Amino acid sequence: MSKVITTDVLVIGAGLAGERAAIASASEGLDVIILSLVPPRRSHSSAAQGGMQASLGNSVKGKGDNTTIHWLDTVKGSDWGADQEVARIFADNAPIAMREMAHFGVPWNRVEGGPREVYIKGKKTTIVEDYGKEGLITARDFGGTAKWRTCYTADGTGHTVLYTMDNMVVQLGITVHDRMEALRLIHKDRECVGAVVRSLRDGEILAYMSKTTVIATGGYGRIYGESTNAVINEGTGSWLALQTGVVPLANMEAVQFHPTGIVPTDILVTEGCRGDGGLLLDVDEYRFMPDYEPEKQELASRDVVSRRMKEHMLKGKGVQSPYGEHLWLDLRHLGETHLKTKLREVYDICMYFIGVNPIKDLVPVRPTQHYSMGGIRVNKDGHTYNMEGLFALGEVSCWDMHGFNRLGGNSLAETVVAGMVVGKQIAEHAKKTALVADVSLAEQFVQKEKEKIGHLLNSADGENVYELRYEISNLLKTHVHIFRTGEGLEKATTGLQDLVKRVENVKVRSKAPGMNPELSFALRIEGMAKQALLIAQGALNRKESRGAHSRDDYPDRDDVNWLNRTLARWPDPQGEPVFEYEPVGVLDLPPGDRGYGGGQQISMEITVDEYNSRVDEEQKAKGRLDPIEPTGARLPKEAWKETQ
Amino acid sequence: MGRALTFEIFRYNSTAENDKPRIDIFQLEETPRLNVFTALNLIREQQAPDLMFDFVCRAGICGSCGMMINGRPTLACRTLTSDLPNTITLYPLPFFKLLGDLSVDTGVWFREVAERVESWIHTQTEFDPQTEEERMDNATANKIYEAERCIECGCCLAGCATAQVVPDFLGAAGLNRIGRFVIDPRDQRDEEDWFKLISTDSGIFGCIGMMACDDVCPKDLPLLEVFAYIRRKMAAIGFSKKKEKAAAV
Repeated sequence: MSKVITTDVLVIGAGLAGERAAIASASEGLDVIILSLVPPRRSHSSAAQGGMQASLGNSVKGKGDNTTIHWLDTVKGSDWGADQEVARIFADNAPIAMREMAHFGVPWNRVEGGPREVYIKGKKTTIVEDYGKEGLITARDFGGTAKWRTCYTADGTGHTVLYTMDNMVVQLGITVHDRMEALRLIHKDRECVGAVVRSLRDGEILAYMSKTTVIATGGYGRIYGESTNAVINEGTGSWLALQTGVVPLANMEAVQFHPTGIVPTDILVTEGCRGDGGLLLDVDEYRFMPDYEPEKQELASRDVVSRRMKEHMLKGKGVQSPYGEHLWLDLRHLGETHLKTKLREVYDICMYFIGVNPIKDLVPVRPTQHYSMGGIRVNKDGHTYNMEGLFALGEVSCWDMHGFNRLGGNSLAETVVAGMVVGKQIAEHAKKTALVADVSLAEQFVQKEKEKIGHLLNSADGENVYELRYEISNLLKTHVHIFRTGEGLEKATTGLQDLVKRVENVKVRSKAPGMNPELSFALRIEGMAKQALLIAQGALNRKESRGAHSRDDYPDRDDVNWLNRTLARWPDPQGEPVFEYEPVGVLDLPPGDRGYGGGQQISMEITVDEYNSRVDEEQKAKGRLDPIEPTGARLPKEAWKETQ
Repeated sequence: MGRALTFEIFRYNSTAENDKPRIDIFQLEETPRLNVFTALNLIREQQAPDLMFDFVCRAGICGSCGMMINGRPTLACRTLTSDLPNTITLYPLPFFKLLGDLSVDTGVWFREVAERVESWIHTQTEFDPQTEEERMDNATANKIYEAERCIECGCCLAGCATAQVVPDFLGAAGLNRIGRFVIDPRDQRDEEDWFKLISTDSGIFGCIGMMACDDVCPKDLPLLEVFAYIRRKMAAIGFSKKKEKAAAV
């Protein structure tokens, strides 16, 4: 009999979203256990640099900002792929979340009254901060926004917010079991009651049983190989959901490529570089972005800037290097003081990893896989489709405030906002649920995992797991990147269908007892291959261009056929994935032009009201559980008109 | 052809019966801008699939990959092999519990320290979602950020003479953590609270001032200044206590 640990709430993942949700439950007196692959402060949230968007409007360049303008930017940024009500819940709560984090202890940068010099659209400009706002949380500029709205602590925002959040976890005495990896959810048909977990300390397999289970494991960027993501971001959490066969992963084809990954190493330098006045230059050291995007220039949304960079390189304007083609990020004019204070992490990264001094030299950058807009589909309460008692939040989820492109500063903010909002629903769920400590059910699930491990360790002959990983990432990198074509996506899909079969024959060479790193990786490879296929096949199916999903053969955004969200399930592990589609959600802002990016749209043929009338029913048919409040209740009708 | 590098790596699997600590030797050809992160992954993928080590962000931000590289505690991810001789020796950080090979348990130690120093804002003020945030001047925010930059990699403890002999010594990371709250106006702990917490042999007066922590800190935290500040503050509180006592007599 394996060890069984019981708790009210089981949170898988100890980044910002998971910890904030855990705090919400612990504050209600519930018993919470957080599982994490790594010590919580090592979570990838700590690597976020630039900041969090919230419409506090304290900086003079954010004057007049409000939650409606933030919401508008977010919906346009999403290329109308977002659930507008969820975007509204987010924008409305973001200022509260920032203030709460200040109360918890985050040392947000503050407004200093009086004049200061900044760079706006390549020009040195003096702005005068309001003395009346002195000492309130300030903000910097980020892409795709009408106002300066991104709250920050230098360029270590994720670090300070995560440390502060983890301090709260310690203060509340919340149990954290680190170096633990959830392998599979334990569920009774469509009710989740816990997870099978493997210890990365000694390899023990045990069961956790809970009233409410929460997945907050972040993104899957490492499936792409070349990614800004931490090495632990291998899609382990979304794989848990996919394995149930009933919980869909949504919009997996919506993948963000960040304009400024450094070359080589793919480490991110923050959008704050461009927000603070950094410029993109080509091989001739010519500033090309104003030619493509006269209005937003370097600060269009990430999908647009990445596309323009790629487009410019395809015109032969890239810089050739032994590590492939790249462009330049010019930060020199910002000066030593700025680079050694507000962009200090960026300065360190450039100096240590590529030996480039950004005070004097240009920084080599290229668009790099960065963020997954898609993920585990949940309703507005964070409750997963088709699975009672299972919640997901943060990057691993598709809540869905980002649609087909998320704005910089919106995902880090999402972690704490969803942690607050969804966290409350998680606590409510746990309070009204009885613990089902069905030990024999747990044992069945545990045995299946033990058999899988035995199979991996004992197979006489088979594939090398690391080589398979490279084959998977090569297909995604080559064919499912910034620009996509039907032909390339066919190749990727066929190749990945084959790889999904081949990962069944992995042979683990190391028989070492304990955590056995090769075995640990082999246990993840099926999930990586299957999710890669969902990304490629989802992209192949979607015959339009929307946000970060850009098809050469279907360049227009098609609101007639594709104003919807992809839902992919995998009912039979040996079979094929199933793709379905649902409406994006209730529309308030009618689909239109984003004001940047230059794409064409095929306009809806039905009215917004007609579209909205079928949302609730169609989503329900796809397994959406009823939210606590009716659909659309948090979306004030046409409030945006007041801002026009 | 790049240089032929020799990696001498400490090995020990505590979960394997009869395993004995040893050094394994691996050869690897150096490629341009090779760092210890990439090197260790190549060795694991091609030569030693059971080799244990920890990386997360691989960008010098998360603090996972502290290890002894040619005798010096540092972050492996941002150590370039080109800065090292042909032979590179890798040991796990001392002081922390060894989990296996190069992997040590920093997480549990830092959680315990966070509990000991009560690493959170002590305040009676309740959060009110409807009111404006409490104001803070930006210079103070920057000072707190400077202290908050510690990534808890553990290099300071691995390099610390006191930590090797005084088991409950807070070390530079622990003391810096306290320093971060001392300068935070939101924290309502008073001088008496700080004095009790820091003025002990496991606190600031355990430090014998060799300052290896300051030498090895990968984030260049101003540990010298932090210690000087805390010492002065504690001395001042100590003297005022003495005066009070004398006055009472």
